[in-house]
Amino acid sequence: MSERGFNALIAVGLIGFPLYALWLDEPFLITLATRAVVLALAGVGLNIALGIGGLVSLGHAVFFGIGGYAMGILASHAQAFDPIWQGAFTVTGTKSMPVIWLVALAASGLAALAIGALSLRTAGVYFIMITLAFGQMFFYFAISWPAYGGEDGLSIYVRNGFPGMNTLVPVQFYGLCLVLLFAGLALHWQIARSQFGLALNAARQSAVRVETVGLAPYRLRLIAFAISGMVTGLAGALFADLNRFVSPTMFSWQMSGEIMVFVILGGVARLFGPVVGAVLFITLEHLLGGISEYWLIWLGALLLGVVLFAPGGIVGLVTRRGHG
Amino acid sequence: MSLILLAEQVLNGLQFGVMLFLMAAGLTLVFGVMGLINLAHGSLYMVGAFAAAAVAGATGSFLLALVAALAAAAAAGALVEVLVIRRLYGRDHLDQVLATFALILIFSEGTRWLFGSFPLYLNIPAWLSGPVLLPGGIQYPAYRLALIGVGLAVALGLHLLIGHTRVGIRIRAGEADREMIAALGVDISRLYTFVFALGAALAGLAGALVGAIQSVQVGMGEPVLILAFVVIVIGGIGSIKGALIGALLVGVTDTLGGLLLPRLFGLVLDPSAAASVGSALAAMLIYLLMAAVLVWRPSGLFGVRA
Repeated sequence: MSERGFNALIAVGLIGFPLYALWLDEPFLITLATRAVVLALAGVGLNIALGIGGLVSLGHAVFFGIGGYAMGILASHAQAFDPIWQGAFTVTGTKSMPVIWLVALAASGLAALAIGALSLRTAGVYFIMITLAFGQMFFYFAISWPAYGGEDGLSIYVRNGFPGMNTLVPVQFYGLCLVLLFAGLALHWQIARSQFGLALNAARQSAVRVETVGLAPYRLRLIAFAISGMVTGLAGALFADLNRFVSPTMFSWQMSGEIMVFVILGGVARLFGPVVGAVLFITLEHLLGGISEYWLIWLGALLLGVVLFAPGGIVGLVTRRGHG
Repeated sequence: MSLILLAEQVLNGLQFGVMLFLMAAGLTLVFGVMGLINLAHGSLYMVGAFAAAAVAGATGSFLLALVAALAAAAAAGALVEVLVIRRLYGRDHLDQVLATFALILIFSEGTRWLFGSFPLYLNIPAWLSGPVLLPGGIQYPAYRLALIGVGLAVALGLHLLIGHTRVGIRIRAGEADREMIAALGVDISRLYTFVFALGAALAGLAGALVGAIQSVQVGMGEPVLILAFVVIVIGGIGSIKGALIGALLVGVTDTLGGLLLPRLFGLVLDPSAAASVGSALAAMLIYLLMAAVLVWRPSGLFGVRA
């Protein structure tokens, strides 16, 4: 099967699934699918840095968590009618999704610029260890900062609103998340074929050559890292809205690992890799998690198998072409 | 705040630091010799702690528990090296990260399956349970003092092993040029297994020793692993000396930051705000230290290559 055909099949599946769930009268399945779509978006974010730029970031939970807390902080102030800042001008919280998304994008973008500026000074294993360490820093900060729930996290009682929609209806919220996932995929596709993406890809293969033709790999990577962080941050805001809850676990190293697992299970640098990976992850969690409490052992074994024997991931297996 | 409290906290920081050193030394050796990043090093720490808790529970002997921790972690390390890690040496770091992340899942869930989700407890041996009176009137727990001693002894032992023995020569040669030492007839795959098992044994020892002052539970290894990464980034990859100095720096900074920062902010803020800002900043302090080292020296204090 061609990769394009496989991608189209998955896109149709994602659009058609809620109809199937409605027909079965199982609204729970829609929530499950929403989880997969939101996690896929987080993976799409990482895939921009990892797939195109070759930046092995083990700290993307930072941006996921920042997106989550952007939603949590804004919505908690709004639900308590307690302004965030009162001075010469007043900043209030909000329950409006578009505003929350913009704040999540801005905050995670800034964090990605700061973390990227430091960690991109190094490469290879250093980069992996440093991104992992910064992730842990945010995790401990979220735990020890008592203003927004500390270790217990923040609960939001009612899901935030989007103009003209009732986000409390699972299908409508699913549709919203799916549109954003497709937007994220379109962004990845656009970047991959743009001049910027080609230069970034070239920097992954040989930084020296890219420098010789007059481009700065550091700047290319920093921009890619920031965009990547923003997409993952947006996914974090959606994830928090889906659960109506944020907690420091969104910052945990396991979360970073899982986001990377989505990308790898599906196939690195494949456009739909993270989507396939996240759907597979949620499916396995749902099916195996029902059979055995220790389903992560099987996920570990599967992951080990993919890494050792199927470097192109699931998309690579189905489309029978290794990636270059 | 008395000087005695400060001295105690410095000792606590040293104790924390030498335990981080046991973790970081193995990681940095494995990276230096084999070029491998091993996320599952924290699992070996956990294996050591669980083996110690199980054997101590069955026999009541702390020394036997330590022997069991060393043996179990070294055996687990050797097994993992032969089955999985060996296939990863030629791969890029992404594959290494994922495969060792998969190993964490397998180790953690496997341990949960064997021992359950509840923490186990490992008791400090009776002969080390009391306090010791140090010069200056400081009462300090004998066990923690022993940990500092063990950590420093291991550092010295590693220094001698690597600098002054035949195996050490091979390890250094392996770091410098692996094709060459293979061509000279050294069985490189046995050397790799040995180095990996050695690093695993040190992690297992740290797990067992720390397990006696904290609880022994699934997932205990990874936070320590990440701190060991911070240590390595600060000290420089592949350098045992860097690992020791980085570990002591991280240990003391973390402990003193938790003590001093809230008091420092107390001078300018009201007590509750000072406590929250101070503790939040203290939690971030070692990472800020890491960031500062990165700005100043991207390849670490004693690192040679980036």
